[in-house]
Amino acid sequence: MPRVAFTANLERHLSCPVQTVPGDTVRAVLDTVFAGQPRLRSYILDDQDRVRRHIAIYINGERIVDRLHLADKVAEADEVFVFQALSGG
Amino acid sequence: MSDRLLVGTKKGLFELQRARGTWSIVRMRFLGDPVSMLLHDMRDGALYVAEALGHFGVKLQRSNDGGENWQELPAPAFPKTGAEGPSVSYLFCLETGGADQPGWLWCGSIPGALFLSRDHGESWSLNEGLWNLPQRKDWMGGGFDDAGVASICVDPRASQHITIGVSTGGVWISDDGGASWRGSADGMYADYFPPERRHDPEVQDIHRLVQCPAAPDTLWVQHHNGVFRSTDAARSWQEVTAIRPSKFGFAVAVHPHDPDTAWFVPGVKDECRVPVGGRLVVARTRDGARSFDVLTDGLPQHHAYDLVYRHALDVDGSGTSLAMGSTTGHLWVSENAGDSWTLVAGNLPPISCVRFA
Repeated sequence: MPRVAFTANLERHLSCPVQTVPGDTVRAVLDTVFAGQPRLRSYILDDQDRVRRHIAIYINGERIVDRLHLADKVAEADEVFVFQALSGG
Repeated sequence: MSDRLLVGTKKGLFELQRARGTWSIVRMRFLGDPVSMLLHDMRDGALYVAEALGHFGVKLQRSNDGGENWQELPAPAFPKTGAEGPSVSYLFCLETGGADQPGWLWCGSIPGALFLSRDHGESWSLNEGLWNLPQRKDWMGGGFDDAGVASICVDPRASQHITIGVSTGGVWISDDGGASWRGSADGMYADYFPPERRHDPEVQDIHRLVQCPAAPDTLWVQHHNGVFRSTDAARSWQEVTAIRPSKFGFAVAVHPHDPDTAWFVPGVKDECRVPVGGRLVVARTRDGARSFDVLTDGLPQHHAYDLVYRHALDVDGSGTSLAMGSTTGHLWVSENAGDSWTLVAGNLPPISCVRFA
């Protein structure tokens, strides 16, 4: 199953350990994660379930293309990494 | 007289208490997280903090034990309408419902919308009446990318009577608890707009709107191009011309018992948002805007570039204590209605809001 990891910066707000979850798209994988940690959804996705502007999602080191629908394909051995894009202030 | 003061900053929440006449910071929470708004619900003692996390969106926290422990609540959010739909980017103001509406909370957001919770913030619903106003297409950002509902006044005499201020988007009144809204700009003008639209309700930039709790027919507005006052429950507005040293600003506070007393923090003008002459002052009227005192005692009068945001000036329930926080992290308190000020903290992060609690 795909492996999903989140930026350690999120740990300050809520628990989101590395996990392996079923799913063949980014949307399916994240929905499974959110089912176990509902609060996490609003940290990653906005009101319309788009990826938040300052969040980046990579699959095996490649940035996903579809930030609106999260339809990028995820294979069994893939690693999905969700982290914050850099911004100042 | 309040002995507790909450200060929301770009880097967290600071709680101050007064002991033996001296204010000091006693607690800090959410260090590193931008706090956009605060609320102390005097009906049940709950505290609320709205955050605008740079990466992770808006959040809402509640404490039921005076600030010792906090619980994250679902933040107000727009219904899902698809990939082009709106998303809340900032929680701009938080107010309680009426005394007869325990647990009711109103929240104004950016983009300009109003949300209602009937269960102490556990869930929120979009006010469709306001969101679906045809005139909303003319609202626009005032310092932010989108318009924002920055002020909510619930009439203490009738909780169904609600007056809100939108920046920019005007003053809107509901007599039916938010089911329907009407604009109110009679007497207002937006001098930066094309002349044919200058008096339209939906183009007025209401930086801050406040209502006198003891005399709710009196409301004060710090508008983008001046100060206005209403004495007929916002049906009409009179421009205030006596204010000195300038008419531009963001914040206004009204005395809780005396509708003729209000405080402002003037800046030069919209394209130069700093104190006039580098001297930070508070302008106070005690005669319904016929005249103003320019209060300087205790405030920096040389090379001061502090700006006081719209929610960063507060008066307590006695009308005697005031607090004021600036963009440069200075926090002042006055114990004599503004006659003199004491710097309580000088190195805080930029201050977005202050509230006695």
